[in-house]
Amino acid sequence: MFYREAGDFKTSYRDDGQTFPIRLDRWGYYAILAVAFLVVPLVIDSYWANAVLVPFLIYAIAAIGLNILTGYAGQVSLGTGGFMAVGAYAVYKLMTAFPGVPIVILIVVAGAVTAVVGVLFGLPSLRIKGFYLAVATLAAQFFLVWLFNKVPWFYNYSASGQINAPERTMFGWAITGPATTASAKYLTCLVFAVVLAWVARNLTRGSVGRKWMAIRDMDIAAEIIGVNPLTAKLSAFAVSSFFVGIAGALLFSVYLGAAEASEAFGINKSFLILFMVIIGGLGSIFGSFAGAAFLVLLPVFLKNVLVAQLGWPTDLAAHIELMIVGALIVFFLIVEPHGLARLWRLTKEKLRLWPFPH
Amino acid sequence: MKTLGEETKMKLKLASLALGAVMAAAPAMADLVVPNLSYRTGPYGANGTQYADGFNDYFTLLNERDGGIGGQKVLTPECETAYNTEKGVECYEATKGNGALVYNPLSTGITYQLIPKVSADKIPLYTPGYGRTSAKNGKVFEWIFNAPANYWDGASVAVKYLLDQNGGDLNGKKIALVYHNSAYGKEPIRTLQELAKKHGFTLTELPIDPPGQEQKSQWLQIRRDKPDYVIMWGWGVMNQTAIQEAANIRFPMENFIGIWWSGSEVDVLPVGAAANGYKSLTFNGVGTDYPLYADMQKFVVEPGKASQGGQFVGSALYSRGMYAAVVIAEAIRKAQELAGTAEINAAQLRDGFEALDITPERLTEIGLPDFGPEIKMSCDNHGGSGMARLQQWDAAAKKWTLITEFTAPDQEILDPLILEDSEAYAKEAGITPRC
Repeated sequence: MFYREAGDFKTSYRDDGQTFPIRLDRWGYYAILAVAFLVVPLVIDSYWANAVLVPFLIYAIAAIGLNILTGYAGQVSLGTGGFMAVGAYAVYKLMTAFPGVPIVILIVVAGAVTAVVGVLFGLPSLRIKGFYLAVATLAAQFFLVWLFNKVPWFYNYSASGQINAPERTMFGWAITGPATTASAKYLTCLVFAVVLAWVARNLTRGSVGRKWMAIRDMDIAAEIIGVNPLTAKLSAFAVSSFFVGIAGALLFSVYLGAAEASEAFGINKSFLILFMVIIGGLGSIFGSFAGAAFLVLLPVFLKNVLVAQLGWPTDLAAHIELMIVGALIVFFLIVEPHGLARLWRLTKEKLRLWPFPH
Repeated sequence: MKTLGEETKMKLKLASLALGAVMAAAPAMADLVVPNLSYRTGPYGANGTQYADGFNDYFTLLNERDGGIGGQKVLTPECETAYNTEKGVECYEATKGNGALVYNPLSTGITYQLIPKVSADKIPLYTPGYGRTSAKNGKVFEWIFNAPANYWDGASVAVKYLLDQNGGDLNGKKIALVYHNSAYGKEPIRTLQELAKKHGFTLTELPIDPPGQEQKSQWLQIRRDKPDYVIMWGWGVMNQTAIQEAANIRFPMENFIGIWWSGSEVDVLPVGAAANGYKSLTFNGVGTDYPLYADMQKFVVEPGKASQGGQFVGSALYSRGMYAAVVIAEAIRKAQELAGTAEINAAQLRDGFEALDITPERLTEIGLPDFGPEIKMSCDNHGGSGMARLQQWDAAAKKWTLITEFTAPDQEILDPLILEDSEAYAKEAGITPRC
């Protein structure tokens, strides 16, 4: 009744091609952005920022990054944790080497560094695919974490191999370090998430994204119609690693403030982000956000319900929480193997027909 | 069949439950809140759970027997971190708003994370026997305390013990360090390198990737190199695996020394008789032969108020958790005395920690004679004396026996290292040293 194209007249191709062709969707999108930018920063406290929204936004960026590589370009990667570590250590080295440079610029540069590393580790993708490529990227994961543990230059020769984010500012506001306000942390991550999601959306529906998808769907056919697999695959690795690197840089500098490679960027992180992408929906920007929300917010929510509300012992709650999240993952994958994004799409299809379905 | 009305009601209920859940309820502000950031799950859960029990039980004892500290009940809201830094941050943020007085996360990784945070939020962080070693320098680390001993103290005491064993000469000896490849395991390397230079032994560093079930190749190397001694910095499943592997290559157990975190019952019991003679450092007593345990039995275990039913009372890690609680309780007492009020806040507790003086007499008074070293802190010393002792596992009796007295570490080596590391931090974080 409310959710349909009828009466929403488009007079240009540009209007036809917009991301949200339905008026209600568009309003919803603007409303969410307005709330996220104008309302949330005023009411956010440090628990909501540090335990809920900042990790959600950072993981959403990482999931978009992996989604570009795996969901759009069809290259399976298990090296996400390693690439996040590259972003984190790059921003750490930059922060300590150039204390005067605004941190946001350094985070973007860290993303670029990660993109270069990603391209290097993407080279094998020209020869190998599928599971074999997954194993090759797994090697990247272990190699990178080993490297950051082994070479003291990366952690500035500190006694314990930990890296600590010193205070850095942007426009006079602390963005990293202990004095950072909750809203500054949140806004930094939000700006990155929104801008990067916008970039990703426009890349994936342009010619670059179409090349990626052609490679994903059938690489030989794509090559025959003139898609260069070298540039398509390597550009997917570069863009994906750029996103993942920014997520890693934010994770270390804004969110955690201290990190060590094997703990914060281990193989578990790679799996976590891969699960986000699979549960959220391969090849969907919305799915990346949904998957990140599912795997970041649900455990925190369950913990708060089970421990704070029901007063369960913490260990029992932690175990039950794992079981519930695991069961829900299985449930969602059985009911909708294409992820939460597909569920959302189906809901929207139904809404369009409501209240008069066929 | 549910009616539509019922269904909406259900949904409303669920929604309000959800809303309530995220706005975690705050406890009454009058109590003393000491959050227990514990871990009872994951690869370190077997160790973490005993420590958390000891920590909880001592405060329960004070509440039941004395009505708290200075008439104020102590609450220990627990939060599960699973030894994971991100969950640690969540736990810290979830508990700090409820008037938290002090944090003791039992994880070096989480400690590193919390050091800048607690310094900004002005809440003391007490990390007995773990965390950042150079936090001993109170001039730089105003809010961090790591008495009675830190990792560098541990490394030095272990080497001192080996010196004693070898008539004061370690020249030409080979010592291997098997360590958890993380901030925690890397801590002693710098000290051991300095000590190697001073005493002329060679040090081999063998990192083991966490969680540490996979260490065959490292032990193969030990079998080939035949070091005279192996020192271990392990935690969780890594300990059991290492001791098992040492037994497999028939490495003499009496030449195998673990740090205090590698010396609990759960580490040696799975290896059985082969673990006999394994040594580890400790800075607290073990077993239930202390007068305090009579009260513990009477007020906590028998009435069924013990954490998890009191199944680990007297174990090495239980005792260490309890010891941490003892020190915190004494600091609270001191703070109450200094502030002249029982309702202290976190900043007053910091002053209490800094003025803390736990004499052997005071320990006897508590009912724990000779349980820990003397702790005396000051503005520039947040780490106490650093004394530690050795214990040895008796596999037949299934218990630890203390084999040395409290030994002081080699401050001549440690002090410059602590100064160097803390000054590097001060420079990085822009801190001007106090005192």
